[in-house]
Amino acid sequence: MADPAQEELAPPPSLFKLGGVLFWIGVFSFGGGLSGWIHRQVVHRYRWMTNDDFLSGIALAQIVPGANVTNLCVYVGYRIRGAWGATMSLFALMSGPTILCVFVAILYHYVQDYPVLHACVDGVAAAAVGLNIRLGIVGTQRIQRMRRMAPMIAMVATFVSVGVMEWPLVPVVLILAPLSVAAVWPRKGGGAAHA
Amino acid sequence: MREDSSLSPYLALITVFVPLSLVAIGGGPSIFAPIQKEAVDVRHWMSAREFIEIFAVARVAPGPGSMLGTLIGWKVAGWGGAIVATLALFIPSSILCLAVAKVWNRYRGREWHAALEMGLAPIGTGLMFAGAIAIFRMAEAGPLAWGLAIFVALMLTWRPRAHPFALLGIGAVVFNLQLWLAHAGFLR
Repeated sequence: MADPAQEELAPPPSLFKLGGVLFWIGVFSFGGGLSGWIHRQVVHRYRWMTNDDFLSGIALAQIVPGANVTNLCVYVGYRIRGAWGATMSLFALMSGPTILCVFVAILYHYVQDYPVLHACVDGVAAAAVGLNIRLGIVGTQRIQRMRRMAPMIAMVATFVSVGVMEWPLVPVVLILAPLSVAAVWPRKGGGAAHA
Repeated sequence: MREDSSLSPYLALITVFVPLSLVAIGGGPSIFAPIQKEAVDVRHWMSAREFIEIFAVARVAPGPGSMLGTLIGWKVAGWGGAIVATLALFIPSSILCLAVAKVWNRYRGREWHAALEMGLAPIGTGLMFAGAIAIFRMAEAGPLAWGLAIFVALMLTWRPRAHPFALLGIGAVVFNLQLWLAHAGFLR
């Protein structure tokens, strides 16, 4: 599998091009899975960002308050084209869905009795979750490349606590994040961390 | 109810969504419960049933699940409300995120920066997987949905360039197949 982190990045796009790409992601992201879409376009298709940079954006997006997708979008835009890139990306990503979701809400009343449409919607939404699971796999592969136990344990512990046990997210992150960071903190006299 | 000027619905939307925007740690779903409480019990913007309907629409419509806020704004004050609610919910957290990204970027290359990143990335990845489970739990999804999502994830890992549309389309086809089989009496 080609690893985008090892390949050369393309030159940064114009603000207009960046906005265009995110606009269409917003419009076509039926059923969710936006982070997966953004990863595909920005890292794989256009090579505006390395895989590693994108993945640290994911971590940042989830820990900073706010919707993960919009935070990720702000981070991606900022890394590619600075503060204006972030602004452009956010507005481009959100403008389509803001209008479309209202139209879907209006249409919903007319189509809610058709089981075929329900099946389509449920199927698309389930598949869209797969786009985000795929990003989890990409993240796990990166953790494997770190060749250390602590990050893998931190990942599994976070997943089990929040996903399986359904413990509240904020205290879990407040406890696990410092532990996870402390475990890889550079010690005096060698053993430097390199991600 | 308390304020009666023509600005009041917009003001009410801003008062509800701006604070929630800044406490949504871990993403939109973490504030769905408080949004429901505000919209249904506190402000009486809609019935519990209407809220569930809006929730379903936000999930399938394009955009993040937090478009829930947009739809509440729309219910409260039409198109103006939709736009005000969207901005109130996404702008504050985005400004905060931009500020954090700037600081984060400034110290790139330092040893402790690498350690922070190496420590935080696994938390992000763990939350990504947990988020997938949370979505299915909220949607009361069955084994077919799970299987499909895992199939899509594995397909994309095997073939990163596979087009998401094709995979989403497979989802729609598979679920219709199930519907048809159930209808024909092969499944119960």
